[in-house]
Amino acid sequence: MTPPPTGISDGWPLRDRVGYCAAWGAGLTLIGVAAAIVIYMAYRGTQYFDLGLLLESPNATLNQAQSGGFRDPIVGTAILLVLSTLIAAPLGVTIAVWLTEYGRPRWLARTVESAVEVVAGTPSIVLAMFGLVFFQQQWLGFLTFDAEGGAVLGRSFIAAAAMMSLIALPLVVGATREALNAIPGHVREASYALGKTKAATIRRVLLPAARPGIGTGTALGMGRVAGDTAIVVVLLGATLQILNGGGGSVFGLFRGTGSTLTSYVYYNSPAGEGLAPEKAYFAAFVLLVVVILLNFVVTRIAHGKDPGWTR
Amino acid sequence: MDSLSPPEPPRSEQDVVLGPPPPVRRIVIDRDPTVVAPPAANGNAPQARAGALGLASSLRRPEPSPGPKVERMRTESVSIAYGEKPAVSGVTLPVRQGEVLALIGPSGCGKTTLLRSLNRLVEITPTATRSGRITLDGEDIDRMEVTALRRRVSMVFQQPNPFPTMSIYDNVAAAARFNGVVRGRSQTDDLVESCLTRAALWSEVKDTLGKSGASLSGGQQQRLCIARALAVNPEVILMDEPCSALDPLATLQIEQLARELTEQYSIVIVTHNMQQAARVSDETIFMSVDEERAGYVVETGSTAEIFTNPKNTITEDYITGRFG
Repeated sequence: MTPPPTGISDGWPLRDRVGYCAAWGAGLTLIGVAAAIVIYMAYRGTQYFDLGLLLESPNATLNQAQSGGFRDPIVGTAILLVLSTLIAAPLGVTIAVWLTEYGRPRWLARTVESAVEVVAGTPSIVLAMFGLVFFQQQWLGFLTFDAEGGAVLGRSFIAAAAMMSLIALPLVVGATREALNAIPGHVREASYALGKTKAATIRRVLLPAARPGIGTGTALGMGRVAGDTAIVVVLLGATLQILNGGGGSVFGLFRGTGSTLTSYVYYNSPAGEGLAPEKAYFAAFVLLVVVILLNFVVTRIAHGKDPGWTR
Repeated sequence: MDSLSPPEPPRSEQDVVLGPPPPVRRIVIDRDPTVVAPPAANGNAPQARAGALGLASSLRRPEPSPGPKVERMRTESVSIAYGEKPAVSGVTLPVRQGEVLALIGPSGCGKTTLLRSLNRLVEITPTATRSGRITLDGEDIDRMEVTALRRRVSMVFQQPNPFPTMSIYDNVAAAARFNGVVRGRSQTDDLVESCLTRAALWSEVKDTLGKSGASLSGGQQQRLCIARALAVNPEVILMDEPCSALDPLATLQIEQLARELTEQYSIVIVTHNMQQAARVSDETIFMSVDEERAGYVVETGSTAEIFTNPKNTITEDYITGRFG
């Protein structure tokens, strides 16, 4: 057996040579761009490196000595990640299971598929505007922050997380469906042949086997949620500090408004109000690390275990 | 065939006693079940099986039978179609206690479809329709709860398919635990050991029960699947070309195992391998397919008879390798 060709060879037509070089060029450029982002943000971020900033609440002032850190945005990012994952993961897995294992009637399954695609394709600012209109309804006032006098502003962690979950949802649905479809039919049949019901087969055989896929989809979704700005600005109020929406309870916290690392970066960077550009760079660096960590988790889950299907 | 009528309302007193008719399904019940008394103490007395199942002497010498064997399952004029395409037409066959019944025939003659109808697994294909009647101990299987039926009529597949995320232990324990066959850890331990022992796998895996079922070799995986099929305490075991993915040595082990299991179970085996049918089975059913008819029975008889003195020329041609 001859080894596959490894480099450009004299016999190649020009078109192939150009294509070969273009492929290398594109790959190297992408590596360059990614490296530039990480290195530049790391450089700017570490320039203002101060662990104390992670523990201080921010203040809206141009006086850098008093503008504080970004504890609230970090906590806000965490709350939003947890809440939106709690909504998106179960919902997404349920939709994926229904689509792959039931999917009847066909027209309904196709409609659900299209709906997932529509949600996936909707820009987050549109989702945010829709969420604002939706949560400003008087009867949903208990879920959001209300101003003095009872005006429903439609802004809260709950409202933002609900819309954020729509960003993560298609990724969870997609990855879970892919994982379920990868399970050979004879594994399902083996379960049925032992007298297991369909529900038991899904719960005990299929979902455990699809776990890496579910994990991948969820982690990808979390990455998107952590990085989104539009929904935070519109639906979370982007108040630098977390404002409890009622009585200091946990539910009050979720009803309250706040900020995330993305909105903090936006407002403090020269692109926004430019309150504290140096701190914005550090915050952006922290955000980058969070997202890269999430992607690392994805890679670990995806390559962690070969299910070893016999086909 | 999509417009098949729901089961007819009960006509005899027997049915009234049995309770309300089952939910509407697309499978036609032609007649009321004929109730036959189930065999006492799980069939025949165990017979000693000599291990003389070597590859050289393909045909086993039929052992003296202690009298007529008890019929456990029966299909009567069973026809199955996938959508408009018929796969099996009018098959009547008995499955007897303590016997291995081999279904042989060329590809596409409906052997596997027929086998899958015995535990109603054929129903999971959305387009499949069936007519005719199948009984287990005289009871119409269409009137049985499907999960209960599948526990009594267990199955081993062509591809070894242990549950990939489960350990060897859990593969055996899962079905039994779920079906309430066992309760508690020590009962489960006993069951797992006894099933793996009967499947001739215990000595090889007893120290690695926590390892994934997928880590075993193909032959071991298939024996694990047999152990799993035994764990639900079945009465009949269906085997769909259980050796086609295995090497000769593993094949021999599975065949030996099938012989040993006939002491307690009725076995129906689908095989492409003539020698295997000759080695393993007591009874053979030869099915064929032609332009006019899909999946029909050409000849039924004791394995010795079919292989030494086939009555039908098609059977003879197939067995001697002239077609198929």
